[in-house]
Amino acid sequence: MNSVRLREIISEFNLETIRDFGKLDTTEIAVADVTRPGLQLTGNFEHFGPDRIQVVGNMEMAYLNSLQEPERRTRISQLFATGIPCLVITRHHEASNVMMQCADKYKIPILRSADTTSSFTSSLVKYLNVELAPRISMHGVLIEVYGEGILMLGESGVGKSETALEIVKRGHRLIADDLVEVRRVSEATLLGRAPEIIRHLIEIRGLGILDVKELYGVSSVKMQENIHFVINLELWDEKKVYDRLGLQEESTNILGIKVPSITIPVRPGRNLAVIVEVAAINFRQKKMGYNAARALTDRVFRQESLQ
Amino acid sequence: MVTKTVIFRCDDDWQMKSAALLTQKASAFRASIFLGKDERRANAKSLLGVMSLGMIDGDELVVSVDGEDEEAALEAVTNYLEQADKDQ
Repeated sequence: MNSVRLREIISEFNLETIRDFGKLDTTEIAVADVTRPGLQLTGNFEHFGPDRIQVVGNMEMAYLNSLQEPERRTRISQLFATGIPCLVITRHHEASNVMMQCADKYKIPILRSADTTSSFTSSLVKYLNVELAPRISMHGVLIEVYGEGILMLGESGVGKSETALEIVKRGHRLIADDLVEVRRVSEATLLGRAPEIIRHLIEIRGLGILDVKELYGVSSVKMQENIHFVINLELWDEKKVYDRLGLQEESTNILGIKVPSITIPVRPGRNLAVIVEVAAINFRQKKMGYNAARALTDRVFRQESLQ
Repeated sequence: MVTKTVIFRCDDDWQMKSAALLTQKASAFRASIFLGKDERRANAKSLLGVMSLGMIDGDELVVSVDGEDEEAALEAVTNYLEQADKDQ
C-alpha cells in the first residue's frame, strides 16, 4: 500500500505547521479522500473515516465560534479523539485556544494554509490521487509524439532506445528510457514517469549513456505523460502473421486498464522511428473518427456496386 | 521461473562499472532476468534499469529468472550480487 508522509504534503502545499508533536515523519496518509468535518462537529459520526485528512475553513470556524464554551470543547475533543491524522485550517484562520488544548491532549498535528478551502481541498485530493495510485515499473521507453504518450515495449536489444533517440531528433520528446514508472491515477488514466536517478538518460549500445536533456535541450524532454497507446516491438518472426490492414483492435492490459496497442515486427533496415511517428498520427486520426482501412473497404464496395 | 532473495554486497560505492558488468553477465543468458528492490523491478540486462534501483550494501534484492537457461543465469547473477569484491 502506498502512502504519503505529512512532511511531504506540507512541503508540496507550503503549509504552516502550528502543532506537530514530532509526528510529521511518522504519520502516513494512505487514503486520497479528504473530509470537511461539518457534520462531525455537530456530533454525527456515522460513516466517518478517521484515517482522512480533515480540512476546516470559514464555515466550520464560524460554526465553532457560535457554540457556547463547554459544548465547543466537547465537539472538538470528539473529533480529535477519533485519531485523525491531522487537521488543516484554511484561509489563514487562527486556531482557537480550545482547539490548541484539544490538539495537545490528543496529539493531533495542526497545519495551516492561506488558500481557500475548496481550492485547497481539490488540489490536495488531486495530489493524493497521483501519489497513492497503484503503480508498476515496466521495462520500456516512454515518448511523446504529436501529443500522444507512447509506451514502447519489447525485449532488451530490440532497438527501443535507438528508436527513441531518432524520435527525439525528429522534434518529439523523451520521458523515460529503460524503466518507466506507471501509475493508475484514475479509472481510465495511466501516467508514466522516469525514476529520478535515471531521468532523461538514454543508453545506446556502443556509445554508452547519453543525457538527452543536455544534448538536445529542454524542448526534447518531458517530466511525465499519460500513456495513450502501446507499441510492442518484436523481432520479425517468419511464421507469424502480422496485421496488414490495421483493422484489428489489439489492446494491452496495464494495471487493469486496457490500452490500445499495436505490434511492430523489427527487421534490420526498417526505419522504426518513421513507423512510430506515423502510428501516432494514425492513432490520432482514428480517435478523430477516420480509419484508413475502413475507408478503403468502403471504396472497394462502392466500386463493386457501380459495376 | 525461478526466484531467489539475496543480500546485495559491495565493498566500495556501487560504481557504474560494476553495474555495467552485471548487465553484461545477465545479457549472456537467453532467459529474462529481473531484479526487484522494494516495489521497483528492473530488467538486469538494462544498465539504466539496474542503476535506477540505487542499490547499496546490505539491500535485499529479489532475483527472478524465466527462460530455458534460468538455473545457470540465476546462479551467475546471485553469485555476482553477493560477492563483496566486484572487480573479480
